[in-house]
Amino acid sequence: MTTPAPTPAAGTTPPGLAAGRPDALAGLLTDEQAAWLATARSEIAADPGTAVGHLARAGRAVGRTPLAPAADPAGVLHGTLDDAARAHLVGALAAALPADGESLATHLTETYQRGDTAERRGVLRGLDALALGGTVPPAVASAATALAADALRANDQSLVAAAVGPFAAAHLDDHAWRHAVLKLVFMGVSLDAVAGLDERADDELARMAHDFAAERRAAGRTVPDDVARIAPDLTLRTTHGKDA
Amino acid sequence: MRIFDPHIHMTSRTTDDYEAMYAAGVRALVEPAFWLGQPRTTVGSFLDYFDALLGWERFRATQFGIRHHATIALNPKEANDPRCTEVLDEIPRYLAKDGVVAVGEVGYDSMTPAEDEAFTRQLAMAIDAALPVMVHTPHRDKLVGTHRTLDVVRESGIAPGMVVVDHLNETNVALVKDAGAWMGFSVYPDTKMDEHRMVAILLEHGTERVLVNSAADWGRSDPLKTLKTGRAMLAAGFTDDEVDQVLWRNPVEFYGQSGNLLLDPVPGFVEGEAPAPTASFEGSSVLRGARA
Repeated sequence: MTTPAPTPAAGTTPPGLAAGRPDALAGLLTDEQAAWLATARSEIAADPGTAVGHLARAGRAVGRTPLAPAADPAGVLHGTLDDAARAHLVGALAAALPADGESLATHLTETYQRGDTAERRGVLRGLDALALGGTVPPAVASAATALAADALRANDQSLVAAAVGPFAAAHLDDHAWRHAVLKLVFMGVSLDAVAGLDERADDELARMAHDFAAERRAAGRTVPDDVARIAPDLTLRTTHGKDA
Repeated sequence: MRIFDPHIHMTSRTTDDYEAMYAAGVRALVEPAFWLGQPRTTVGSFLDYFDALLGWERFRATQFGIRHHATIALNPKEANDPRCTEVLDEIPRYLAKDGVVAVGEVGYDSMTPAEDEAFTRQLAMAIDAALPVMVHTPHRDKLVGTHRTLDVVRESGIAPGMVVVDHLNETNVALVKDAGAWMGFSVYPDTKMDEHRMVAILLEHGTERVLVNSAADWGRSDPLKTLKTGRAMLAAGFTDDEVDQVLWRNPVEFYGQSGNLLLDPVPGFVEGEAPAPTASFEGSSVLRGARA
């Protein structure tokens, strides 16, 4: 009954709009929403324990509009206003806690594990923000890799897409990262969601993509266009069968 | 007729019910956290249930074009089991989450000291979270239970307009009305209240501050009792506007006090079409296998 929004064609997404980017909210918040975010950040700075409540309320405070509505009408690939607001709040939380990251790792793990899907996405987008800022201590990297792995086991498109951003590009091992990319193809989610795709795509991922395409053809089904992005020498025109 | 069912336990209902409810005009509902028939024995059992109300069940409802909200609480029946009462420490976190529109069901079952403690603590949590409260009234000794409920509500300091006292009948409606609280009625097949008695109460007490619900759950109940009450109201001479007030605007006003209602139509939903095969919640779909 509900139809997922179509994912945009490859290469049509404006760069720099993912929710973890520091400028993701530039020009998108009303004065009232910006004031809420500023207050939440300063309260977290004064008392990190307040982060749980602010992270839970972000959707009501700033809304859930997609950041790149033309390219990503459901906010799956690049996130939503509340994703970006939560990423800012995670940044405020990181700044308020000791630099060794032990306490931040605990906070993020607890927030993720006890969070609903939106709160979980917020943690993942927040990790992207930390990764882009170059401020992921080893303790956080270790704990958050487990959180990303959890998200990648889910089949909620927005959660999986939030787990393949800059944090994943920098910290997932090759095996986990390749499976994440293939899972997006399998789910029909555009690879525009993946940070660092061109840098990390390798021969093994291309082999996996070829095998996936062969399976689809054997089943008489179409091969998603995105497969060609990770297996550049693949010929898509050989698809056949009822869906071709 | 547009309908907001302010009290229905959808985790116990089928997808057929969701389809029939949509066809009847139901576009939004509230699912209060309650007892599941089989007593819970651990805090973790509550947490998984709360997560299911806010996650899987909300997803399931949107597949059928219906906006799902929840109330969260330790219910009075299970407040008597000390293995369960520690869940009270977890509830404030849930009260901050999206789609949680009240604290509930709280109140009395057997009117024990443990129920007093859970009720009082959760009223205080509602005040802290600026949320309304849904109060269940006991099946046994209902009139005494209603008096005691209203006393505890008054002592808590919460505004009476933030409280709905549910499962009322002819004997206790005036008490609640005079206290300034909202009056909830669960219209059931055979028990509690039926649609014709409901109409008589509306004729006597008016349509202000009245919430009519099906309270459908795992017991013998009917998720279309809201629609049937609306029809009975029209047959008794109430106007379309009065029916709309009782079945839509009243619950929107009451639960809207949470600031946490979502009432816009579900994007992309088309009545009569099967859910999209790719739509899933953490790997689970409402479809069973590929369509032929």
